[in-house]
Amino acid sequence: MTVESPDPALKAVPATVLSTVVSAQSSRRARMRELGRALLRSKTFMIGMVILLFWIFDAIFWPLFVPHDPLGLDPINTLKGPSSVHWFGTDDFGRDMFSRVLAGASTVLTVAPAATALGLVGGISLGLVTGYYRGLVDDILMRVVDALLAFPLIIIALLVLTVLGPSELNVIIVIGIVFTPLIARTVRSAVLVEREREYVAAAKLLGEPGPSIMVKEILPNVVGPITVEATIRLGYAIFAAATLSFLGLGLQQPSPDWGLTIALGRPLLQVAPWIVLFPALALATLVIGLNFVADGLKQAIEE
Amino acid sequence: MSRFLLKRLGLALITLVLVSIGVFAVAEVLPGDVGRTILGPYAPQSSVVSLDHQLGVDQPFPVRYWNWISGFVRGDWGTSYLLNTSVRPMVVERLKNSLFLGAFALLLIVPLSIGLGVLAALRYGKAVDRLITITGLSVIALPEFVAGVILVVVFAVQLGWFPSASSVPSANPVDWFRQLLLPAIPLMLVLFGYVSRMARAGTVTVLESNYVRTAVLKGLPRPVVIWRHVLRNSLLPTITVVAAQIGYLVGGLIVIETLFTYPGIGLLMYDSARGHDLPMLEATVLVIAIIYMISNLTADVIIAMLNPRVRLAA
Repeated sequence: MTVESPDPALKAVPATVLSTVVSAQSSRRARMRELGRALLRSKTFMIGMVILLFWIFDAIFWPLFVPHDPLGLDPINTLKGPSSVHWFGTDDFGRDMFSRVLAGASTVLTVAPAATALGLVGGISLGLVTGYYRGLVDDILMRVVDALLAFPLIIIALLVLTVLGPSELNVIIVIGIVFTPLIARTVRSAVLVEREREYVAAAKLLGEPGPSIMVKEILPNVVGPITVEATIRLGYAIFAAATLSFLGLGLQQPSPDWGLTIALGRPLLQVAPWIVLFPALALATLVIGLNFVADGLKQAIEE
Repeated sequence: MSRFLLKRLGLALITLVLVSIGVFAVAEVLPGDVGRTILGPYAPQSSVVSLDHQLGVDQPFPVRYWNWISGFVRGDWGTSYLLNTSVRPMVVERLKNSLFLGAFALLLIVPLSIGLGVLAALRYGKAVDRLITITGLSVIALPEFVAGVILVVVFAVQLGWFPSASSVPSANPVDWFRQLLLPAIPLMLVLFGYVSRMARAGTVTVLESNYVRTAVLKGLPRPVVIWRHVLRNSLLPTITVVAAQIGYLVGGLIVIETLFTYPGIGLLMYDSARGHDLPMLEATVLVIAIIYMISNLTADVIIAMLNPRVRLAA
């Protein structure tokens, strides 16, 4: 079924070519089913998924079950330790920490996915184009990636956010833009392999235009590496978003954001350690859960 | 080899020039007039203008960049706006403190990570392997300040074993541990994740190879097989990961030093960014970039030395 060089003498090419394209599609479906089964068997993936789903559920529905208003001040009950009324204690404004921890999931779970999505949109388009067409854009992109990799993300973000001013939107934009060339590199290297495959040659012979080959033929076949990259990037995005909040460059008062709460609670460490402890534990479980999902997914796809 | 080295060095230099332009450009578009920031909102406009002129910030961008970068190369890094002291001794001093902390973390965690990674590979699929792998997986993505804060609450606030804010240790080795252990642990956790994972993966691959099977079949004792045959090859990728992580360390230090108010270069950079202290900010970022570049270059050179295919391809 191999398609050799497009020899004009070969009259029967279209039939073979068509079957190459179709068989690539059906084997893809079989692979997806197998992948689903492998994921269900993976303990790491399932445990991570339960933790992750818990926090996603919490991030969306927290207003329905928080016992107190996460922003509600209570000047009489400030800095109270954990009790039956305030499970995680109260902060220096008398706000209920349990409610604040539950509400705090929503900010990090908005910023990180939004930043990752931004990076994915940019990275996939750039990676497809540079990987498929190569050439000058490709060379430039690789230099940009080198320069970006020459720098810890936190430093770039620190510089840019000092200029733009701290805000949720700016954090999303900075992380998304830094992610774009990094994701593009992963997509590009996957595309470089795929573009040499028979089904691409077949689609070319059938006269499909370049953009259509990229999106309709190649893209579905590089979904695997993109998914792995996306979960890993999402982990980094949470890491970065939380760290930037902690450094005071993200969300501002009175947001219940975990990183911000930890930063503001730090001076009160000696008198009220619960203010920083519970958001830290929450953030730790979220990050670990996501990492388990990413690793389970990576192993399942690589097998 | 020398051709490969020259090429890598050249690329690193080009990247550094790009980075320095980027850093300078970003820092210089910081909102606000420099003279106004220093003198405050009530100073008369004429003094602001004359200070701007004295600092040279009223000149066009390429001129200012050239003055800055040529000064930097000659060792004149300017004067701090905030502290009114010369930038270079300050940055060098803080860098030394950071390298202390980084080296401390690295020296403690690298042998342990390699040991546990190899152990996991030797017990492949058993409970020990799972424990080590899961631990590595859990700590690798833990933001440094999260681990740091939990450690401070438990070991500094509740148990009182360590100070919650760290300073540069005296010559006393007990003081070294007291001052540096808590800030080092969050860095060590992330490093443990990377290094143990690489050591395990490398060892698993080599253990499956034919020459190791031959060594076992010809009756060599297991320790000899592992020391002489397995580790020599399995730890090559790990070495490069360690070299590359030195750059990570410098970045991770920003968060750790802020959390523990440890007087390192990360805290200096953070403070100068927040205080719009441009000469200090530009110098710290460029120094961090240089260190980052050197460690990446070292990693590349080690790979090339160990693997002829890489250097020949270049």
